[in-house]
Amino acid sequence: MVVSLLSVVPDASILALLVDFPFDRNYLTSIVYVSLYVSLTAVTLSTLFSLPIAMLVGFSEFPGKGFVVALINTGMGFPSVVVGLVVLFAVSSQGPLGAFDLVFTREAMIISQFVLAAPVITGVSLAAVTSVQQGVRDAAYAMGGTRLDVALVTIKEARYGIATGVLAGLGRAISEVGSVLIVGGNIVTADGTSVTRTLTTAIQLEARQGRFELALLLGGVLVALVLLINGVVLRLGGGRI
Amino acid sequence: MQRREFIAAVTLGASTATAGCVTSGSEGTGGPAGLDGDTLTLTTTTSTYDTGLVDELNASFQERFGATVHAIDQGTGAALETGRNGDCDVVLVHARALEDEFLREGYGVNRRDLMYNDFVVVGPEADPAGVDGADGVIAAFEAIAGSESTFVSRGDDSGTYAREQTIWEESTAQPGGEWYREAGAGMGEVLTQAAQSGGYTLADRGTFISMRSQIELGIRLQGPIEDGPELLWNRYGIVAVNPAVHDGVAYDLAMAYIGFVTSPAGQRIIEEYTVDGERLFVPEAVSAEPNFRQYVPEGWDPEEE
Repeated sequence: MVVSLLSVVPDASILALLVDFPFDRNYLTSIVYVSLYVSLTAVTLSTLFSLPIAMLVGFSEFPGKGFVVALINTGMGFPSVVVGLVVLFAVSSQGPLGAFDLVFTREAMIISQFVLAAPVITGVSLAAVTSVQQGVRDAAYAMGGTRLDVALVTIKEARYGIATGVLAGLGRAISEVGSVLIVGGNIVTADGTSVTRTLTTAIQLEARQGRFELALLLGGVLVALVLLINGVVLRLGGGRI
Repeated sequence: MQRREFIAAVTLGASTATAGCVTSGSEGTGGPAGLDGDTLTLTTTTSTYDTGLVDELNASFQERFGATVHAIDQGTGAALETGRNGDCDVVLVHARALEDEFLREGYGVNRRDLMYNDFVVVGPEADPAGVDGADGVIAAFEAIAGSESTFVSRGDDSGTYAREQTIWEESTAQPGGEWYREAGAGMGEVLTQAAQSGGYTLADRGTFISMRSQIELGIRLQGPIEDGPELLWNRYGIVAVNPAVHDGVAYDLAMAYIGFVTSPAGQRIIEEYTVDGERLFVPEAVSAEPNFRQYVPEGWDPEEE
């Protein structure tokens, strides 16, 4: 899957760079895989969690709504290392989730990225949903739509904004290094297959060891991936076909 | 015999202490029949990790026993803390005082001496503090402080930082002021920072050698491997996390790993491991006269407890 994704990269020079990549091929593809697996899973879960909340908060009036919105907006800027620490405490064998044996696993990284991405997706989607003109919603009601119909119409109208929110969440998740390092442990096995090493933690490791060119190269791969995913999501979600 | 008694004492003490909070049930992680597919979690220092030695040992262990090793690089302090939380099975570190504390508290059992190398004082070619001619490491540190030459400190909870602090404490100099910078980072980052700012730092020989080609720093003062001061000894120990404290730890596998790295085969890997043609570590687990003290905290007396 990763390979087929990479082959979509239009720029031939990036491909050439990958062919001559100074890492073991297995090592590179496995860290790209782990990066994508963790971030895409986390963002998918966050989206499933965030969209209903955004709709609910966006459509209803209730006391303390302003506080909830403020809470979501605060979450958007929550420091990732703090999230990493809190998740580490939670999944550590002494923590409340200790029984699930999650510390230093991809699942722990997914949890921390979920916590980071969910407020971003909720916040941006909320803004997109509330900016859909009241007239559109009224029209949907007037035509005899149920609440679900109205919600679907609103989502359709707000899809570009929602896609932006999902991408912002993905950007926060995939480019994040502090929390995944803490809860994931940056592990590769002896044969060079990544267990919990992502592109960002690999970059951090190379930079620590003074191999800045390799770090930069990995950075290039990360940026290319993000660009690619942005392109795909914007095409699907933005409706600019 | 003494070793048995110690383990029994520690195990008993720890299990009584935690009897109230340990949940009953799962005993160990399966029988001894084959280690295939099992996973061992090792926390280790950045020095053994960044030099690539741990990778080498783990690859060989995996090939022989089929068990996968997940190595996590942390400072010595963080590695031991992870062990205290029961989130790893075995710890490979280099700060005897911290290891002793870990053993005394009952979190670790069966410590073994693994290998050693030394710490080196590295600095720029111009040597503004005149460390090259210094008589011993304390004099060298005093010269750096006296000339207020830039010194980049690890500033973290690592074995190297612990040693640096010991040296400052034994000297008359006070680390501080503009020239003394605490990086709060791993050895590699600190070496890079020291090189960028033309400063000095205390490094373990292994990491320095493995990074030497990328930074413009030279060894200004050697440790005991080249007849330098004893204060610069850098001994590495390996400790299993006590299964009596934490139910979930893979104790059998941890002991298999300790057995392997301290065996002649494991020790040969350490001995033959080179970077740029230079040997980084000296194995010391295989000995004609095994030192009982390696298993227990320093100063521990079986008669007293």
